[in-house]
Amino acid sequence: MIDIIDTDIALEPLVQDVRKNSNGAVVTFLGVVRGFSRGRNVLFLEYEAYREMAVRKMQQVADEVREKWTIDDIAMVHRVGHLEVGERSVAIAVGAPHRKAAFEACEYAIDRLKEIVPIWKKEVWEGGEAWIDDRP
Amino acid sequence: MKVKTKFFAAIKDIIGTPEVELELPDGITAGDLFQRYCQQHTPLSRYANNTMISVNLEFVPPETRLHEGDEIAFIPPVSGGY
Repeated sequence: MIDIIDTDIALEPLVQDVRKNSNGAVVTFLGVVRGFSRGRNVLFLEYEAYREMAVRKMQQVADEVREKWTIDDIAMVHRVGHLEVGERSVAIAVGAPHRKAAFEACEYAIDRLKEIVPIWKKEVWEGGEAWIDDRP
Repeated sequence: MKVKTKFFAAIKDIIGTPEVELELPDGITAGDLFQRYCQQHTPLSRYANNTMISVNLEFVPPETRLHEGDEIAFIPPVSGGY
């Protein structure tokens, strides 16, 4: 399951997607909108995606995970549009026979997603807003 | 040749539209096209060093030649995740 959606992300469908009898470990990652960023109180975020390319690049991340850890079971969903503080912006689930590879692959997947997937975030705070386009 | 160009996030705000179809001379490269936009929209120069270019949904180097029907996008630094 790899998708860009406009509504709240439910984690359980991703978990179900990567569960199978050969997988003893399922690691999940949930990214949530922070209410405080760069010294400011964030009111809300706007996420925008180049959808067709974003899905393709998320697929590439899954392919890289398959190559590095021989893990086929990875699910990734990113939400776009208007998100309030505390809402879920991204979710990843990785299923593997054992936990070490699952943890490593899940961390790798969120790192790569933040590097190569064409999705952008605009922070809106009291009195201003800005696209976050500097790589931390 | 006719191509489609897409703009996102900060670059979309500078250009003022999400998508443009335009007629280009044969032989033009993806980097040439970005330079054209920089000349028309000077604030875009701020992104000259960190913007990636995609053609038909794949990142390409700026010297890539464009072809009829290509979909080009200028990709400012991404900030997905959380």
